[in-house]
Amino acid sequence: MNFTRRAALMTSAAIAASVADPFRAFAQQTPRKGGVFVVHYGAEQRQLNPSLQASTGVYIISGKIMEPLVDLDAAGNPVGVLATSWESTPDGKTITFKLRQGVTWHDGKPFTSADVQFTAMEMWKKILNYGSTLQLFLTAVDTPDPHTAVFRYERPMPLNLLLRALPDLGYISPRHLYEGKGDIRQNPVNLAPIGTGPFKFVSYERGQHVIAERHDGYWKGPANLDRIIWRVITDRAAAAAQMEAGQLHYSPFSGLTISDMARLGKDPRFVVSTKGNEGNARTNTLEFNFRRKELADIKVRQAIAHAINVPFFIENFLGDFAKLGTGPIPSVSTDFYPGANTPQYPYDKAKAVRLLDEAGLRPGAGGTRLTLRLLPAPWGEDISLWATFIQQSLGEVGIRVEVVRNDGGGFLKSVYADHAFDLATGWHQYRNDPAVSTTVWYRSGQPAGAPWTNQWGWKDDVIDKVIDDAATEVDPVKRKALYADFVTKANAALPLWMPIEQIFVTTITAKARNHSNTPRWGSSSWHDLWLAE
Amino acid sequence: MRVLSLAGRRLAASIPTLFLILIGVFLLLQFAPGDTVDAMMAQMGGGDAKTAEDLRRFYGLDLSVSAQLASYLWRLVRFDLGFSAIYGKPVATVIAERLPATILLMTASLSFAFFFGLILGVVAARGVNKWPDTLISTVGLIFYATPSFWFGLMAIVVFSIYLQWLPAGGLSDITSTATGIWAVLDTARHLVLPTLTLGLIFLAIYLRIMRASMLEVLNLDFVRTARSKGLDETRIITRHVLRNALLPMVTLIGLQAGTMLGGSVVVESVFSLPGLGRLAYESVVQRDLNTLLGIIFVSALLVITVNFIVDLIYARLDPRITTGA
Repeated sequence: MNFTRRAALMTSAAIAASVADPFRAFAQQTPRKGGVFVVHYGAEQRQLNPSLQASTGVYIISGKIMEPLVDLDAAGNPVGVLATSWESTPDGKTITFKLRQGVTWHDGKPFTSADVQFTAMEMWKKILNYGSTLQLFLTAVDTPDPHTAVFRYERPMPLNLLLRALPDLGYISPRHLYEGKGDIRQNPVNLAPIGTGPFKFVSYERGQHVIAERHDGYWKGPANLDRIIWRVITDRAAAAAQMEAGQLHYSPFSGLTISDMARLGKDPRFVVSTKGNEGNARTNTLEFNFRRKELADIKVRQAIAHAINVPFFIENFLGDFAKLGTGPIPSVSTDFYPGANTPQYPYDKAKAVRLLDEAGLRPGAGGTRLTLRLLPAPWGEDISLWATFIQQSLGEVGIRVEVVRNDGGGFLKSVYADHAFDLATGWHQYRNDPAVSTTVWYRSGQPAGAPWTNQWGWKDDVIDKVIDDAATEVDPVKRKALYADFVTKANAALPLWMPIEQIFVTTITAKARNHSNTPRWGSSSWHDLWLAE
Repeated sequence: MRVLSLAGRRLAASIPTLFLILIGVFLLLQFAPGDTVDAMMAQMGGGDAKTAEDLRRFYGLDLSVSAQLASYLWRLVRFDLGFSAIYGKPVATVIAERLPATILLMTASLSFAFFFGLILGVVAARGVNKWPDTLISTVGLIFYATPSFWFGLMAIVVFSIYLQWLPAGGLSDITSTATGIWAVLDTARHLVLPTLTLGLIFLAIYLRIMRASMLEVLNLDFVRTARSKGLDETRIITRHVLRNALLPMVTLIGLQAGTMLGGSVVVESVFSLPGLGRLAYESVVQRDLNTLLGIIFVSALLVITVNFIVDLIYARLDPRITTGA
C-alpha cells in the first residue's frame, strides 16, 4: 500500500492509454446483441426500490429496472427519461412535467401521471432519504391528464435544483403495486422491483446474486445484453481475484482495494478510470466538535489544518484517484464550483505551531499540548489511512491523537447522536447540487441523530441565511453567486474541513462498449451497453 | 437403551444453557453503540431525523430493553424466531436459505479433515520419529499456522487465475443453465477450494491427535497380547488399535462442529459463499438482533445434535460406555 509518485504517474499513463480505446475507437462498431454482464455487488441493501432509498447500492441494480423522470446526459445536463419536458412558473412554485407516452410497466400496465403523483407524495416526500428534505415544501402533485404532472410547492423550488436532484431522487414506482397494499416499506415488490427500464427483474438470492434479463418491450428499443447478473462479493481482494479469473466484468464505485485498482489499471484486459462517476463526487472531511473548548477556538482549527500536508498524503496514498479539495463544493460540479479563490489552509507547520501558541496551548510534559479523540468512519481504506496520517501529522505539532475505530452503526451513533468525539473523519457525498446533501453539514438546527449533518455544536446566523436564501433562489446566476459566498464563509469559519476531493473508480473489462458515457453511469440504465467478443 | 436416556438428560440440561446464552447475547448487543437504524442510515448514505424516528418505531426499537427482551423470549417459546431487519422476511426463512451452503461446506471439510487426518496420523504413528512422521508433522504444522484467508486467496491466485482449473468463488456458475448431475458437479467444483482451505487447518489438528492417540494405544497391554497371538501388524492396527484410538477424534468432531459454523466467516467471504458465518457477521454489523439470536439458536441446536450423535458413536466404538455408570 505504498505507491510512489512514479507508480502513480505510470498508473495515470496506463489509464489514459486504456481509456482512449473503448471511449472513441469502438464507438463506431455495430453493437453485438446478447451476452451476460456480471457485476460486483459489494454491499447488499435491505431493499431495492430507489424511490425509497437513495444509495448507489440500490441504483447499481434497480437503475436498470426502474427509471427516473430525468437523468444526466454525457455533458452532465438534465435529459428527460420518463419526463419529456418541464417548465416552471416565474415564482418557482409550480413545476409542470410532460410525461413520456406509450410507456408500460414490466407487468404490462401503462405508466401515467398517477404513478408520478403517488411516488412523489407517498415515497419521496415521506420515506426517501434526502427526498423528504428536498420535497419538504411539496404540497400536491396535480394530474390534469395522464401525461402531465404538476408539482405545487409552498416555497419557491429552483428548477435547476430539482432537475439536478431528480436523477437520484426521482425514480418512479408503480402505483398499482403499492397503493392499498399495506406498509410501503414492507411491500415485497421492494425486493423484486417492477419498473419501466430496459431490464426486468428475474430473481434475487440473498447473499449470492441478483439476476435481470432484457425487457423486449422497452420504449427506447430492446437493450443489447441478454442478462445482467450482480454477484455478492464482500471481500475486496476476492473480488479482484474474480475480475482476473474472468468471473466478473465490472466492479463499480471503488469496489476494489486501491492497490488492486492501480494494478489492474496496468493490465490491458481492464479499464480503470474515474470517468462515468463525475456525478458521484465525495470529499474527505475533518469534523470538529465545538463542545471541546479548545476546538471552539478558530486558531486551533486553523492550526490543525495547516499541520497536515494534504498533497503529500494524496500523492503517496491515494494516487490518481484523488485531488486536493478546496471546500464543500467539489470542482467536478461545474454549475456551482466557485474556484479555489476562497480561504485555504496550505501545509505550514511553523504557522500551525505559532497559531497553537497564540491560542494558549503550550507544550506540557513530553511536548504534548492537547489530546484529542479521532473517530474515523469505517467505509473505505482511504479514511483509515487519512486518520492515521492526521494522527501522525498532529503529533508533530504537539497534539496527541487517539484513533477510536467503530463499525458503521457505532460511528454514526457516537458522532451524530451522542457527540462523543473531538475529531471525526468520513466522506461528504456531493449530489450534483449543494442543497441536496451538502449544506446540511453547515446549517444549524439539525436534530441530534441525523447523520452527516451539522452536529458540531456550532451555529453561524449569516451562513444559515445564505443557505436558506440559496435553497429557494430561482435565478440560476444569483444562486451560483450565493453558493460561492457560502463556500467562502464556510471555509473561513472552518466548522469542518474538506481538503480532499475524490471520484469513485470504475474497474471494467476492456470488452465492454458504451460504458462510462454519462456522469452517473454506474447508476444509469445501461440500455446501450454491449460486450465485444 | 441407557445411552439414549443419558443423551436425553444431556439434551434437557442444555435448554437452560441455551436461554442463558441468548439473553447474554441480547444484553451484550445492547452495549454496542448504535442500533439497526444507525446501521441502515450508514448503508443508505444518510437521511433526516424523521426518517430515523419512523424506522425506529417500525423495527420496535422505541420500546424499553426489558420489553424487547421479554417479547423476544415469549416469541421464542412459541418457536417464532421473529422478523429480520436486514432481509425483511422471517428469520427462520433467512436461516433456512443459508443453512444448506453452511452444512455442505462444514460436512465436506470436516470429512476431508477427519479422513486424511486419520490416515496421515496412522502413517505418522507407525513410522514415529522417522522421515514420514517428520514430514507429515511439519506439513501439518505449516497448515495449522497459516491464516485461512491467505490460504484461500493464494489458492484462488494459483488454481483460478493462473491455471484456470477451478472457479474463484460462488456456489455455482449462474451464467450456465446446467441441471441434474451437471449442476451437482458444478457445485462440487465450486466447493473444492473452500473445502480444502477450511479443511487443511483442521486436518493438522486431527492428524496430531490421531498420531498421539495411536502411539498411546500401541503401548497398551492388549496390543502386546494381540501381537503375541501372532496377528499381523495391519490387522492389529485396523481391528484393535484404530477402534480404540478413534475415541479422542470423535470427541474432537463434536467440539469442532460448533467452531466450524462460526469459524467459516473468513472462508465464506473469500469465496463469496452464502453461509451462516457471513450472515452472523452481517447481522452484528447491521445490529440485526433477531437474525443474530436466530443464528445462535440454530447453531446451538446443531451443536447439541452433533454431540448427541457423538454420544451414540461412543457407545458403538466402546461398549463399556453404555454399560458403565
